Amino acid sequence: MSTLTLLTAPEDKFTPPGLELFDLPPIIAGVTWFTKPVLLALLSSLIVIAFCWAAFAKPKLVPRGVQNVAEIGYTFVRDQVARPFLGKDADRWMGLLLSIFFMVWIWNLMGVIPVIQFPVASHIAFPVVLALSIYILKIYLGIKHQGPIGYFKNMMFPPGLPKPIYVLLAPIEFLSNLIIAPFTHAVRLFANMFAGHIILAFFSLVGFWFLFEKLTPLGAPLGVIGVVMTIAMTGFEMFIQFLQAFLFAMLAAMYIGNSLHAEH
Amino acid sequence: MITAASLVAAEGNNPLIPHVYELVVGIFAFAVVVLVVGKILTPRIQKTLAERTEAIEGGIQKAQDAQAEAQALLAQYKEQLAEARHEASRLREEAREQGAQIKAELREEAQAEARRLIEAAHAQIEADRQQAFAQLRAEIGRLSTDLAGRIVGESLEDEARQRRTVDRFLEELESSSAAVR
Repeated sequence: MSTLTLLTAPEDKFTPPGLELFDLPPIIAGVTWFTKPVLLALLSSLIVIAFCWAAFAKPKLVPRGVQNVAEIGYTFVRDQVARPFLGKDADRWMGLLLSIFFMVWIWNLMGVIPVIQFPVASHIAFPVVLALSIYILKIYLGIKHQGPIGYFKNMMFPPGLPKPIYVLLAPIEFLSNLIIAPFTHAVRLFANMFAGHIILAFFSLVGFWFLFEKLTPLGAPLGVIGVVMTIAMTGFEMFIQFLQAFLFAMLAAMYIGNSLHAEH
Repeated sequence: MITAASLVAAEGNNPLIPHVYELVVGIFAFAVVVLVVGKILTPRIQKTLAERTEAIEGGIQKAQDAQAEAQALLAQYKEQLAEARHEASRLREEAREQGAQIKAELREEAQAEARRLIEAAHAQIEADRQQAFAQLRAEIGRLSTDLAGRIVGESLEDEARQRRTVDRFLEELESSSAAVR
């Protein structure tokens, strides 16, 4: 709808931002794949690696500076993400979980960093890569640790239920574990960042439009509301960004944990 | 809505359809991070954290050991002190006993010496007496014969008889005096 209004909108009418926010041209003309999200994804990897390298390359027994900060991240992921779902296997999966958590968080933070202001995860390809990797790992680990039949049996026929229930439960479990879970895993992160970016863009455009582009006595208070809301929503968005990174890593840990040990 | 969706799809702009090049870049970006952060850096910090835990636990253990050692040393000192006190009191007691013994010995010795002196004095006195008596005996004999001679006047010519008479007299006297004693 919004695309249509954008196409037909006259110059002096306020039009809320829509999907065109996510359609970014190549940075270098002719190199079609090199767009802003691609650049930011690569930049995020670089930041995560540089940060972790500075902190953990030569770790000290008595931590200083950046190592202190990164250790807070490490112990957070270990105690809140890895250990509750993986127990004694937590340390073995910390590398993957820490990478996912830091990477998703930096991707998301790109949405509020001034000038950059584009959450990488609002392009679904990036969450899909992570979710798909976890999905493949989950099935591989499940088959490896529970056997090819045992894995699907434990998944679809959890013991201790009356037999007729399985008629209903087995397809639901199959659907939820193998089709819906990876989809929601990726889409939850994507949709949050996508919506967050639209909200921020909308309020900042309200502020910009009514205070700078078309300043009128009637429109100015609206512009002020837009600015205030932009600031408030940026704070809220930062919270969501952290929460989604945490949730994404937590779900990854949960899927891995369920594959290592059958649910009971 | 349908028109919008179809329009978006036509533009390659459907947000739910991932771009292939973004998938490729995403895989690359993720792989690099997992490789460097997950495979290289995480084991390092895990090792350091384990070492730190060990160091802290080791420090606590060391402190406990030191405390135990101090306690043991204190107990040892206390024991030594008590032993020393005991030894001192024992020595004091011994000294007192020895003193008493020495005193008794000295007294004994002194008494013996005194007895010896007294006995020697007695012996001396006895000897003197005997000597005096012997002298006296001869003297008395002579004196009494002289006296008797003077009294009876030359009547007693036989000197031998006189002597026997005197001796008998003296012996009687001596035996009587001995009986008296």
